[in-house]
Amino acid sequence: MSATNPAPRDDAGVLLRTIGLTRHFKLGGFFSKRSLHAVDDLDLTVHEREIVAVVGESGSGKTTVARLLALVYTPTRGDIVYRGRSVLRLRRRRDLLRYRGEVPMVFQDPYSAMNPVFRVSHGVLRTLALHRPELSKAQRHQEAVRVFETVGLTPAADMLRKFPYEMSGGQRQRVGFAAALALGPKLILADEPVSMLDVSIRAGILNILTRLRDEQGVSILYITHDIASARYVADRIVVMYAGHAVESGPTEVVLGRPKHPYTQLLLSAVADPKDRAVAVSSDTGEPPRVIDPGEGCRFRWRCPLAVDTCSTLTPRPRPMGPGHEAACHVAVPEAESSLDIAAVG
Amino acid sequence: MSQPLLEVGGLTVDYIGDNADVRAVDDVTFSLQPGEFLGVVGESGCGKSTMLFAIAQLLSPPAELTAGTVLFRGTDLVRLGEGTLRSVRWRDFSVVMQSAMNALNPMKSIAAQFADTMRAHGMRNDDTVRDRSAEVLRLVGIDSVHLDSYPHQLSGGMRQRAMIAMALLFTPQLVIMDEPTSALDVVAQRSLMTQIKELQRELGFAVLFVTHDMSVVGRYSDRVMVMYAGQVAEIGSTDSVFGSPLHPYTRGLLDAFPSIRGPRRTLAGIPGSPPDLARPPSGCRFHPRCPAVMPRCSVDAPELFHIGDSDVRCLLYQQPLEDTA
Repeated sequence: MSATNPAPRDDAGVLLRTIGLTRHFKLGGFFSKRSLHAVDDLDLTVHEREIVAVVGESGSGKTTVARLLALVYTPTRGDIVYRGRSVLRLRRRRDLLRYRGEVPMVFQDPYSAMNPVFRVSHGVLRTLALHRPELSKAQRHQEAVRVFETVGLTPAADMLRKFPYEMSGGQRQRVGFAAALALGPKLILADEPVSMLDVSIRAGILNILTRLRDEQGVSILYITHDIASARYVADRIVVMYAGHAVESGPTEVVLGRPKHPYTQLLLSAVADPKDRAVAVSSDTGEPPRVIDPGEGCRFRWRCPLAVDTCSTLTPRPRPMGPGHEAACHVAVPEAESSLDIAAVG
Repeated sequence: MSQPLLEVGGLTVDYIGDNADVRAVDDVTFSLQPGEFLGVVGESGCGKSTMLFAIAQLLSPPAELTAGTVLFRGTDLVRLGEGTLRSVRWRDFSVVMQSAMNALNPMKSIAAQFADTMRAHGMRNDDTVRDRSAEVLRLVGIDSVHLDSYPHQLSGGMRQRAMIAMALLFTPQLVIMDEPTSALDVVAQRSLMTQIKELQRELGFAVLFVTHDMSVVGRYSDRVMVMYAGQVAEIGSTDSVFGSPLHPYTRGLLDAFPSIRGPRRTLAGIPGSPPDLARPPSGCRFHPRCPAVMPRCSVDAPELFHIGDSDVRCLLYQQPLEDTA
């Protein structure tokens, strides 16, 4: 049963790591002191050849994480370390260009992510010209054909000649992945890549994610609100609530033995077409307060287990088991005995 | 069995275009019993929302109801004049729109919007209006202090609940819902659905519920109708549609969802994408994407075949006697 390997604890194989990554947005006018805490103190690790899913509801800060990593936003605090170097200290255009090429982003809405007046090859070829200037024109075209074929857009030569309006949503999202792939990426930031697509074509895109990991050795940060799809593709899961990572660990451990009450609530709410029992809970899903939240656990207003400490002290992630952490004062780690067994076995 | 509350017969809606008309809803027939919950599922562009609008007589150009009847308690809504229709609509059946959060007027308090609705239907006494507003708001689990709130002061889930409260002002017999939960997070979604089911049990209204989300329908509806390219692909009890799906499209939809429990399986999805209704495929409209396609599927358009307690539009279920191919 315990087929899941604990994530390595040392730096071996770490591709990207964030240290106390924080982003606040100022609200109101010039004199306003209010600020929205989109992401607070996030320690996130992505290993090589790993799909990490960041799961959370709207307003949990998951998209802000992607934008911070893509250098769209500057962090308020904290650092992003990519292959041992701080990304925030990169100043030279060449270094920044290389980072952006190795860590590209695929967007949620494939309908608005492409310029409608150009053929879909345009974006891919231009990206190649910018990021890989050593390629000749013929080589760029060859490369475009290769990445189109990798994501299942065949016959690639015909597909490259199409305009965005001639393509379905699923095909456009494949173009998005093809463009990212053309850069020779190490880590693709995929922000809700299937949420705008019809259910019947989602599976195809999700399968591309795992194929890119297995065949191209690419890591993926998969940002989603859909736990079931996260389970389908991800090696590890990070659950976010109100800007905090509340629980993280190997996918099957987090979903099989969730420790944080929020993860438990989320899992109980997921409807499964094949499991039609109706769960009972009085939680109405009110959104969290992220404007000047102050000290304390941000889930305490909804938490069935809240104790006094929860309103005075912000919980930090604590080990719950091998590679498994939860930020909760009340959560009980796996029994010591089972930890020992896991360590021995 | 009692007389159906709603009987839709041969409903056909065309979008009138300059060059060609697009048939968005093609000969849809079904009925709804009092107190029943019918879930309508389909992908974007399958005509499910257009069908709801046609039933509620809310179509506006270029959409046009070109054929069919909508019998509501025996009266054909299609033939009713706008005046009579206005007295039936909202009193006897109401509609909860998709993204109801944007359907509320941002400039008016909840109480004012409820009052507008009630006055439009002849309820003039201010006290009655106020009492009834507070009552329906409590029904959906919102404290009546929010009567004086404006929509922006409420969360998305609360706005959606307020819309449902508004639909219940006159205790209608039928509430038509167009994706009321799709803009909500899972926890809020589950909570709202549970509430709808409780209200339904309490007040006894029937629900016609449109969604793209199979899992919502599986949990909460009595019967399910699967639409594809403007047509009914399969209709039957939730147990049979989910337990033993007949149409290859229904099976594909059910297999397209990853599960959070049980073993991880590879999902196949359905190859291709939904057809352009301006140029629907010949024969069976699903044949270009169908894993069980036969040569005659591209030629013969299947009708609905009655199998068990389901109706299914697929040539696999045609009786062998008629099989001349």
